[in-house]
Amino acid sequence: MTDKIVIKAEGLTKQFGDFVATDHVSFEVREGEIFGFLGANGAGKTTAMRMLCGLSQPSDGKASVAGYDVAREHEQVKRHIGYMSQKFSLYDDLTVEENLKLFGGIYGMTPAKVKEKMADLLQELGFASERRTMVKSLPLGWKQKLAFSLAIFHDPKIVFLDEPTGGVDPVTRRQFWELIYRASDRGITVFVTTHYMDEAEYCDRVSIMVDGKIEALDTPANLKQMFGVSTMYDVFYTLARKAKRGDG
Amino acid sequence: MSIISVRNISKAYNKGKTVALQDVSFNVEPGEIFGIIGPDGSGKTSLFRILTTLILADSGSAVVDGYDVVKDYKCIRQHIGYMPGRFSLYQDMTVEENLSFFATVFNTSIEENYHLIEDIYRQIEPFKKRKAGKLSGGMKQKLALSCALIHAPHVLFLDEPTTGVDPVSRKEFWEMLQKLKRNFHLSIVVSTPYMDEATQCDCIALIQNGRFLTIDSPQGIIDDYTETLWAVRSDRMHKLLTDLRDIKGIKSAFAFGEEHHVTVDASVITMEALTQVLQEEGHQDIHVEKVKPSIEDCFMNLQKG
Repeated sequence: MTDKIVIKAEGLTKQFGDFVATDHVSFEVREGEIFGFLGANGAGKTTAMRMLCGLSQPSDGKASVAGYDVAREHEQVKRHIGYMSQKFSLYDDLTVEENLKLFGGIYGMTPAKVKEKMADLLQELGFASERRTMVKSLPLGWKQKLAFSLAIFHDPKIVFLDEPTGGVDPVTRRQFWELIYRASDRGITVFVTTHYMDEAEYCDRVSIMVDGKIEALDTPANLKQMFGVSTMYDVFYTLARKAKRGDG
Repeated sequence: MSIISVRNISKAYNKGKTVALQDVSFNVEPGEIFGIIGPDGSGKTSLFRILTTLILADSGSAVVDGYDVVKDYKCIRQHIGYMPGRFSLYQDMTVEENLSFFATVFNTSIEENYHLIEDIYRQIEPFKKRKAGKLSGGMKQKLALSCALIHAPHVLFLDEPTTGVDPVSRKEFWEMLQKLKRNFHLSIVVSTPYMDEATQCDCIALIQNGRFLTIDSPQGIIDDYTETLWAVRSDRMHKLLTDLRDIKGIKSAFAFGEEHHVTVDASVITMEALTQVLQEEGHQDIHVEKVKPSIEDCFMNLQKG
């Protein structure tokens, strides 16, 4: 992790009618940091994440991601980030190799670069024998690992992961986090949401959102000390049970 | 007598190419919460759909509440409540309309069985004129549960009711299920990918690739764990994980929250020896202790076999 700030949100707000989904949220994320973005359902995490990815315009406040303003330079933001969610990640009817070529092309990588990166990636994942396999016939755990590798295929500054490990078996879930560590060691900043509280422990810092606001932000160790509890589950529970609103 | 009895059920799709369930057998006792725990794609939903008479098994048999799932499917449907994984309500109908629709389909009324849903429904009753599609996730879940209960079923099937739900709402949901079990002696079959929910169940089956790895009480599964399990911490957790895997006598090493859990061959390495090796690797603040396994440790151990 370096001291360079790659995400900076200042009073970031999104309002739908009279409902304030994300309410004047401010925080900074450093280069190479694994930043856990936690909150109850409906706390405003997805809305905040959509703004940071340049997919939704803030109603108030501002944010910069990889040095670009999310409101004015959203197309630049999109070029410098990767995104993966549990719901969407890969094209089922394309092979592993075709998916990689497609994404490489969309991100503007040259065919030579795609070829070189593809060989590395297949090697690292141990997927070389599966390069011509249709994605739909891969086991779920493999798909998730491939989806993550694709999200960082173009060497983005930052990767956004929205509940990447939901429904995955316990061993694969841990292997997935080892891929996250490796990406972070390479200097990629990881911004991740999860409902698994043990995964909160794997983050360098964690923020917890309640009713649109960030109620706590620190390292897991400091948060546990601050709340006088022994697990991140207890920290989360103490904060989130006060929430007034459910998800929308 | 068991309220559910399943014998050697198998199911495959895609002309036999995609195997969903392989030779699954188990019993559920009346008034029991039976948990089916495993990752996505392990066959949980196929099993639910067979037991709720929505699809046919390729082979094997199952009896639910005294009725055969093939011959007596119509009887079964009157006596079970089913909450599928995907939101199953009519989005364009109000809360009250949904509930009254489900009651009518089963030839009953909201009033007749109100006592069953009172605790749960009261929390969403202030919004009864709101369209179901406009409810929050937690409220949708409460409405779906109310609709599954309104005809006073003998068995409740809940397919991943807590997937994607935050820990606070998950805890609340389990409290509702415990109350239903306690107050109405309802038998409940519930599936979940969250291993920490196992302890809420009386009996659990761990499922992977269409096979049950084991069936027992949560405590029984933990008691059956044969490995020596240590928790290890140091000042450099990422490095620790890779270092541990290279040490002789360490059979597996995985991250577990703020610790790493390792299974060890105790005849090869002692805690003191491990601490020393880690010190030589440059680790500081090393803690090694023997720990009791969680259900997740058990699952991971059974999974590799």
